[in-house]
Amino acid sequence: MRRPGLAVIAAFLLALPWFAGEYYVNLSSQILIAAVFAASLNLLVGYGGLPSLGHASWLGLAAYISAWMSLKLGVGHWVSAPVALLATTLVACAFGWISLRATGLGFLMITLALSQVLWGTAYRWVSVTDGDNGLRGLTRPAPFGIGLDDATSFYYFTLAIAAVAIVLMAMFVASPFGAALRGTRDQPRRMGALGHAVWTVRWITFVYSGFWGAVSGLLFVYYNKYIHPASLSITSSAEALLGVVAGGSGTLAGPIVGAAIIMLLKNYVSAYIERWNMLMGFVFVLIVIFMPEGVVPGVRRLLRRFRGGGAG
Amino acid sequence: MAINRRRFIQAAGAGLSASALGFPAISRAQSGPIRVGLVTVKTGPLASGGIDMERALTQYLKERNYTMAGRKVELIVADSGGVAAQARTKIQELVERDKIHIMIGPLDTASALAADDYIRQAHLLTLSVAAAEDMTQRKPNPWFTRGTSTSSQSAMPLADYCAKTLKYKRMITIADDLAYGHEMCAGFQRVFEDAGGKIVQKLFSPLTVPDYGTYIAQLKTNVDGIFLGFAGSNGFRFFRQFNEYGLRGKIAVVGGMTAFDEAVLRNMGDEALGIITACWYSAEIENAINKRFVANFRVDWGYDPGFYAAATYVEAAVLDATLQKIHGKIEDKQAFMKAVRSIKVDTCRGPVRFDHLGNVVASVFIRKVERKDGRLVNRVIYTYPDVSQFWHYKESEFLKNPVYSRDWPPAKNLEP
Amino acid sequence: MQYWIIQTLNSLALGGLLFLLAAGFSLIFGLMRIANLTHGSLYMLGAYVGVTVLKFVPNLWLAALIGGAVIAVFGGLIERFILRALAGNALGQVLVTLGISFIVADFCLIVWGGDPIPVPTPPALQQPLRLGDVSFPTYRLVVLAIAIVTATALYLLMERTRIGAMIRAGVDDMQMARAVGIPVSKLFTTVFCLGAALAGAGGIIGGPIMSAYPGLDADMLPLALIVVMLGGVGSLLGAFVGSFLIGAIYTFGTALLPDLAYVILFLPMIVVIAFRPRGLFGRQTV
Repeated sequence: MRRPGLAVIAAFLLALPWFAGEYYVNLSSQILIAAVFAASLNLLVGYGGLPSLGHASWLGLAAYISAWMSLKLGVGHWVSAPVALLATTLVACAFGWISLRATGLGFLMITLALSQVLWGTAYRWVSVTDGDNGLRGLTRPAPFGIGLDDATSFYYFTLAIAAVAIVLMAMFVASPFGAALRGTRDQPRRMGALGHAVWTVRWITFVYSGFWGAVSGLLFVYYNKYIHPASLSITSSAEALLGVVAGGSGTLAGPIVGAAIIMLLKNYVSAYIERWNMLMGFVFVLIVIFMPEGVVPGVRRLLRRFRGGGAG
Repeated sequence: MAINRRRFIQAAGAGLSASALGFPAISRAQSGPIRVGLVTVKTGPLASGGIDMERALTQYLKERNYTMAGRKVELIVADSGGVAAQARTKIQELVERDKIHIMIGPLDTASALAADDYIRQAHLLTLSVAAAEDMTQRKPNPWFTRGTSTSSQSAMPLADYCAKTLKYKRMITIADDLAYGHEMCAGFQRVFEDAGGKIVQKLFSPLTVPDYGTYIAQLKTNVDGIFLGFAGSNGFRFFRQFNEYGLRGKIAVVGGMTAFDEAVLRNMGDEALGIITACWYSAEIENAINKRFVANFRVDWGYDPGFYAAATYVEAAVLDATLQKIHGKIEDKQAFMKAVRSIKVDTCRGPVRFDHLGNVVASVFIRKVERKDGRLVNRVIYTYPDVSQFWHYKESEFLKNPVYSRDWPPAKNLEP
Repeated sequence: MQYWIIQTLNSLALGGLLFLLAAGFSLIFGLMRIANLTHGSLYMLGAYVGVTVLKFVPNLWLAALIGGAVIAVFGGLIERFILRALAGNALGQVLVTLGISFIVADFCLIVWGGDPIPVPTPPALQQPLRLGDVSFPTYRLVVLAIAIVTATALYLLMERTRIGAMIRAGVDDMQMARAVGIPVSKLFTTVFCLGAALAGAGGIIGGPIMSAYPGLDADMLPLALIVVMLGGVGSLLGAFVGSFLIGAIYTFGTALLPDLAYVILFLPMIVVIAFRPRGLFGRQTV
């Protein structure tokens, strides 16, 4: 992305709380969390060519572990956060091993199934997760003693973490490892013949993607101060996947834009149009059929055409 | 898909002005409309109740031309889908975007518990339908008033009735696996066992379980009765399968306040005759307010109002009376809370008042399903007057014990 | 003893219902390599359509036939106009079926409302069957019988008819089948319609047990998924065995270990996939 464009966006984001009301600041926090979530999924889907319908696993697992540790063990966030991240990453290692027994559709189905296991467990293991009631009465961390309970403070906290996350993910993608990853997506057999350990590359990406999914999970539970099994459902994973696909899975900005669109549609529009799910379904279908490469590449294509000459 | 243009324009205008200018609400809206947010459930197993909540509240407002204490009332309805996380989000939207003055609802206990800390943070006046016990007990929420019943408030008298009048000795309890079901069964168990009975089996099923077959297979048959603590349409679904497995007549069925609500009773047949339930409401209650309420409701919707409909009708009456007392100045939240906890109002369920923790004190009715004029009704066969959330226990003692839950009071008489 | 008998019968009944749902899913996945995530919604839509048909035709079996036909047509339209436009784009097809499932789910909400709708059991079958000490709902046993009859009919279709041979050829090796001149497009549409019909009819047949309610699709789809992946994609025998296996695991698991019911449900599938990616009876890897 062009430097001046980035600077404008950064300025806008930094200045947001000065001119927007509490509701919009909160909405922006939610969009940032969704953006991190979608960007982490995109590492797998866009750059790895491995579509997953189980990404909600990481969000939910990290959120539940953090919540459970705070409520039942009474530990502070500076303990529960690293533990949640570590534990979720370990589970990602295991799930990755199982899921990568297949690719393509099979991989999709297995990630979905594994996610359902977590969802069902969250629902039924009432003694631990309180089932359908969810875990409530949670708190937000207070890094360096700064309280995050008001909308603006939390927004800046989220913005900082989201920025770091996206920068690190961008570095991952731009690195030689990222190039190898894209190679395994486009030409797995050739990559194997060239001596790359295709399975290992994919597995590492799976785990890394799970890690950032966990980060978004922590942000999620801090924002809501509440976690419920519904966050682990297929719908949750589907919304992330839709965000990635709609925005454009082959790019870095795509999932961020896509997640923003989904969040805006969901929160803002759902007040005026009652049937949010139907709208989401239609958007899914239309984008997959008519703009399969997503909004960001599609818009870029249009811009290039307007700038003169170049074939799309 | 319905796009509500009026709301769009209003909200767009409000959103723009509020966010850009940030005027304090009080100076701007002293004589503006009172914005009431109804948080209800319109999808899922609790939907039948949630839809009733909206219908009855709208009826109350229509009857009074959408005016209370001289100010116009604007109703904004939000659907939480029965999902507690969504309820929280919707409540936040109602407060931050629609700037409601007061919330009626939510419907389900889990949603109330999930929104508890937000209500405290936002100082959101709440007239609750949900039964979450601790919100008016050990962790009382200072903005929270409940005109319906705690989870166990109507179940404890029923346990008393089962033990002393029906003379049951051994019973099973089954309910939805939620805080609401846990609290209700715990209260029932405590009073039943204190009166000499034994709960020999306790079962909990997920709220959206499609099929009760596996649970029915586990039921012991050497009992006097089974207590159903279900909500929404689950009581009806369970009962139907209960009959299909041939258990009708073998075990007597008694229900909690939401198991056989009027909204589901209309779909049932003769198999429901004789079921005894306890609730703080029945469409058959004989007072002038209720007669008018039931008659109008039946004209509009073709069936009798039940628990959920009466809930919002009662809360609306409480709101109305409180507003009269504070001359319509709902922006003064402290005054509102002081007033609401000190009034006595005549409503469709009879006279109600509130204890110092914000929970209602009023009559609980034991009802029996009978046929009248060709329809099934919950006829009142006994009344326990002036029932508080503590039943006959002393408040200080009651509060020293842990909150009613799946594990407390411990079930000592369960048989394998 | 009574408890075990009832639970076993419960699992058989559930297995039968699952078979109606999973058979179609398996065929579609096996032949067309499409993970039809709309399948659960088709089941739910069938249940709702059946409810409406019952208002005019108070016969459950007729309603099932009519409902199944309606869903078959709907499925055919999806296949012909949407899925075919995405031929070759496996991920796109999955995503589109996911999107359609959301649309169908909300459509049902708009038309039939958010309140669960009970489906009355046929009056002749309302009395429980009494075998000695044990009472069991007659209707569930009838569902089991229907599933067995359907399985037999499908088996005969697959093994004894030309169309069945073509389907089996397509499942085994699509390119060869094309090379040999099998009209693949028509076959695809036929199979999709068949799968949809089974799901739709299954929905209304399962109605007296489960009712029609929002969320029915989300409850049934994962079960179909597990059955098909455990039993093997494209294999009718796999769908049959898998259905009853899962029916048993679900029924007993929920009763014996309610907290871990979901783990127990998915564990066999995960174990099988990890060590035998083609499932128990499948002929192609997932």
